[in-house]
Amino acid sequence: MSKHTSMALRRPSRLSPDRLRVVVPILALLAMLVATGFLQPRVMSYFGFTLLLRYSLPLLFATMAQLCILVVGDIDLGIGPFVSLVNCIVASWLADQPWLCGIALVGAIFAYAAMGAFIQYRRLPSIVVTLGFSFIWLGAALLVRPTPGGTVPDWLIAATGFRTPLVPMPALLAIVVAFIAHHLIMRTAYGTVLRGIGSNAAAVERAGWSLLVGRALLYGAAGFCGVLAGLTLSGLNTTGDPWVGAQYTLLSIAGAIIGGAEFSGGIVSPIGAVFGAMIMLLSSSLLSFLNISTDWQLSLQGGLLTLVLALRTLSVWVGK
Amino acid sequence: MNEPLTIFPNTPAAQPPPAIVDMIGVSKHFGAVKALNDATLSIAQGRMISILGHNGAGKSTLIRILAGLMKPSSGQVSVPVRSRDSEPFGPRQARAVGIRCVFQELSLCDGLTVYENTKIIHPKLRGIGWQNKSRSLIRAALDDIFPGHDIDANQLVGRLSIGRRQMVEIARAFTVTDAPIRLVILDEPTSSLDVTAADQLMKFTRLIRDRGMSCLFISHRLREVLEYTDDIVVMQDGRIVDNLPMSSAVSESILVEKMGSVENKIPDAADTVASDKKRGDRVVDIVANGASKSLHATKGEVIGLAGLAGQGQRELLLQVLAASRRTMPGHKVIGRASYVAGDRQGEGVFPLWTVADNLSIGALLRVSRAGVINLSRERALVARWCADLSIRTPRAKHPIRALSGGNQQKVLIARALADDPDIVLFDDPMRGVDFNTKAELYGLVRRMANAGCTFLWYTTEIAELSNCDRVYVLRSGMVTDEITRDALTEERVISASFDRA
Repeated sequence: MSKHTSMALRRPSRLSPDRLRVVVPILALLAMLVATGFLQPRVMSYFGFTLLLRYSLPLLFATMAQLCILVVGDIDLGIGPFVSLVNCIVASWLADQPWLCGIALVGAIFAYAAMGAFIQYRRLPSIVVTLGFSFIWLGAALLVRPTPGGTVPDWLIAATGFRTPLVPMPALLAIVVAFIAHHLIMRTAYGTVLRGIGSNAAAVERAGWSLLVGRALLYGAAGFCGVLAGLTLSGLNTTGDPWVGAQYTLLSIAGAIIGGAEFSGGIVSPIGAVFGAMIMLLSSSLLSFLNISTDWQLSLQGGLLTLVLALRTLSVWVGK
Repeated sequence: MNEPLTIFPNTPAAQPPPAIVDMIGVSKHFGAVKALNDATLSIAQGRMISILGHNGAGKSTLIRILAGLMKPSSGQVSVPVRSRDSEPFGPRQARAVGIRCVFQELSLCDGLTVYENTKIIHPKLRGIGWQNKSRSLIRAALDDIFPGHDIDANQLVGRLSIGRRQMVEIARAFTVTDAPIRLVILDEPTSSLDVTAADQLMKFTRLIRDRGMSCLFISHRLREVLEYTDDIVVMQDGRIVDNLPMSSAVSESILVEKMGSVENKIPDAADTVASDKKRGDRVVDIVANGASKSLHATKGEVIGLAGLAGQGQRELLLQVLAASRRTMPGHKVIGRASYVAGDRQGEGVFPLWTVADNLSIGALLRVSRAGVINLSRERALVARWCADLSIRTPRAKHPIRALSGGNQQKVLIARALADDPDIVLFDDPMRGVDFNTKAELYGLVRRMANAGCTFLWYTTEIAELSNCDRVYVLRSGMVTDEITRDALTEERVISASFDRA
């Protein structure tokens, strides 16, 4: 009757707003899966899922990149063109000049980290800097590959299409990514400091932490996730295209926000973001199954996003 | 050099206790402004030193230098336990030699839990199990300082009330991982605490002195200073003007005198007994509800709202504000009300705007014609209020954040008054405001009240109630007592504040 009972008593018995942050996207995804399965029963198989989730990997990594930036309360408007750039680098050089490709990709990650350091050093708004850099990424992508084309080595294509036993690889990878990101951002001591920067940078600086290192590190991590997104997208598309990544900017923001992140305050939920990415991916398939013309799909996706955000506001309201 | 890191508190009486920090001739300039001028101060072990002075006297600069957040322009800060004086003295180094700070403006991260905030100041809390270590550290500190508190270490700080946040911030400064604590700087620690928690904290400072720690204490509550301090350092315009040991000869009036000329002394009850004003129309009328008594205010009255912090005074003010705009059952409010926030960083100032913008937003209709702001009228309005409240700003277009806290608060009050309201709602706006500013503002309230403006004034300082014509005491959201000016005593307010059932 000592510590354990008191601890158990202290735990909120009902759903707290912070827990709903994760619960809402999970429920939304489940509802979408049920609806998809109802409309198109054939999807509910190993093969069906593999097809359905085929393009989830680039979006998953792009969302994780966005999440890294959201941790410090910034926003990245350049992740889409960055994914394009990686795609062009991979399609142009990986097959013939793997060394050059490796150096270019590592350089790209460092460029991202440098962008974060620049934002911190000059105390600039991230939205301006990342928007500016998005044109740099796009310009670089067009320099590397002015027109769509190029080849992607077979091993990369095979890797992105790899079939794991029982559970399709994209689903398995999503779980692994969710676990790793949750551990790094939410559970480690330094991850806590990084979230603190997003919440109250002055307080963290006062405690003796370097904001420069923190921001550079997170932007570097975002660049790393962006490279992974570009690599998987290359494997799926088997070709390079300087415009291919454009949609990922907004999709990644939407995925992270649906998954429980806030635009400011260092409040993020890596597990929720994984679900958010899946929701963004499935919503277009679901609308296709409903025979809704592609003209309407974008606005309906937007409507869905608004609905989920409204549910979250409701959950905060209920929690009070 | 390896000097011993632990100093035992039981030094022989003949020997003076070793100094923890020596500041010798320290100055700090910001451009032409000397924020700190040739300050020499030695902080001995096991002492509680109070720094007194009005805003702008250099208190904040002094503690920022001690905390390693600011480098002095000249002079020397030496910390005897440091092994190398050559390396720069930053926040990490200050922590390593055992200097901890509790700042006036809260330095917790809202988006993190209580235990995660504890981690932020402890680089050594890491690796497997850091969360449990952090939880037990902060729980132990909270239990030590504030026995009977109800703060959950897993709670998000953003969901705690301002008083509880302050408690977390204080307790966090007393958690120890690697470096032992030698000096704790407490900058207005009790300003957001209720009476019980403030008392617990002040008693705790006695306890830690016996353990050999020192305290640097800044408070605007003279009673706390007089009751608990060993040495009093008085500052004025960036200089240390006096350093006197506590004795029975030191009294509030002596301290107030030393701090500089207080033109309008905090009025005694007798000074301001309202003349026989016409007590006609009731402008605020809230009917009794259950155990809660009724509350009313007439034109030109100054009504105090007292009680422990966070007992529904703020909610009451917001209800009156809402009732002034639309009808609410049980609330009758006649006239326009404007609200002055107490949490000025959170809900008061527009931090990126200028002084003028922050002020004129309250009266935009008055300075605009056909929906367009008339710039010369706006300028005139701002100039008038800056002069009226003697807001000390270099120019009207100065960024508000460059002003001292007291002056920012004046801007907020000017914003509320500029619209010529019938009712002004004060949500403890004098928190952390220096004496002189307070005295000026008290005078202003009295003048406005005489001109027919009604004030509903929530305050956490009992002394401030002497400015009110009538006082209501709140407890758990209910009005528990109504006290007229003549019957107002500290005992009566306290007894109505506490639940004695």
